[in-house]
This record gives sequence, C-alpha cells and structure tokens, in this order.
Amino acid sequence: MRVVVQEAPFDLGKEVEKFAGGRTLSGAIVTFTGVVRDVNGGLQAMEIEHYSGMTETALLEIATKAESRWSLEDCLVIHRYGNLVLGDMIMMVATAARHRKDAFEAAEYLMDYLKSRAPFWKREVTHNGSGWVASLEDDETALSRW
Amino acid sequence: MDVLYFAWVRERVGLPREVIDANLNTVMDLVELLREREERYVLAFADLSVLRVALDQKLSDFNAPLTDVREVAFFPPMTGG
Repeated sequence: MRVVVQEAPFDLGKEVEKFAGGRTLSGAIVTFTGVVRDVNGGLQAMEIEHYSGMTETALLEIATKAESRWSLEDCLVIHRYGNLVLGDMIMMVATAARHRKDAFEAAEYLMDYLKSRAPFWKREVTHNGSGWVASLEDDETALSRW
Repeated sequence: MDVLYFAWVRERVGLPREVIDANLNTVMDLVELLREREERYVLAFADLSVLRVALDQKLSDFNAPLTDVREVAFFPPMTGG
C-alpha cells in the first residue's frame, strides 16, 4: 500500500508501470485518474487546499479499509494539491487483485471515500472570479452503498 | 490548543491558525467563545450544518469533548478526488 500527497505532477504511465510491474499473483489491475475539467466553460485553474498531516492519515485509513474489505494484493493513492490548470491530473488510484471484481470495487470505494472523507478543498478559478467547489449530496449518498 | 481553519472558513475568519487557551468542555463551547469574540467568527460559524470539525486530525462532531485535545480544525465538507 502506498499513499502519496504531493504538489508536483505525477507521471501516470510510470506510476502504473511501477505499480503493475512484476506482479504474478494479481490477475487484475484497475487504475482511475481524476483530471481538471471544464464544467461550465471558462474554467482557468483549480487550487487545491489540504490539511497536511490529516490528509495522509485519512488516505492511509481509507486504503487500509479497502485492503481489509477486498482481497487486494496492493493499492496506490496519489493526490495532488496546489495550483492546477485545465487538463492536469489531480489524482490517481490503482488496485491489484486476483480477480477484477475486487480490483474494480476497491477502486470505486477508494474514490468515493477520498471525495468526501479526505481533507481536500477545491477552488475553481474562472474568467469571472473564483469560488470554492461545493460538496455534492451525491458524494455523501455514494458512501451509503458501502 | 491550536485552532486551524481551512478553505472558506479560513477566509471568513481571516487567518489559517491561532492558539486559544481557555477551559472548555466541548467543541460547541469553543464555537460559542469564538462567536462572542468578533463578527468574522459569527459569519464563519453561522451555519454549523455546512461545517466539519476534526480533533487531533480525526473527524469528530460539535458535541465532542475537548479533553486532552491539542488541535482543533474547522472546515467545509471536503471535496477531494
């Protein structure tokens, strides 16, 4: 299990290669990548604030729960903070399991939990100014399925 | 204890962290103490349903006791991912 919180960009290809390489027990590797996208037109940048210390602890806790719930060989979470621009990769998760069902479900679980239980706050910068991204009711509802 | 603010809570309060030394029982007592101080705290803590609190970096709630707590953080619902 590896949890990384960093300001710098990450190399998706290299990370996946490093994560997937040399595994002989896992028949399934699932990866998910979150990208800064333009929702309403006019988004220029995204600033991500985080609670240093608590972020790492929260992500480790979420990853530990995923590993205890599904039969995973390994999992990886990388999440960035700081100033990002349109098209930048914000975060990624990867899971390795014997079977794909475990790998897919655990990846979704990681995503659902880190959306509303890891202390990150997004601020969108547009042509018309900037504002904090509001949390969605759906994000909270998504947790109830686990 | 250290009191930390994040995102728009930080903006409304006007600072990222401060030290509060007072004898308080619960998180709610701390909120009341802050609200009595200045208008900016009243604005930041106007609606507790849109606020979250962490005690020593663990999510908690407003009725939780502050016994032995060294760090309190207030912030809006998280928007990671």
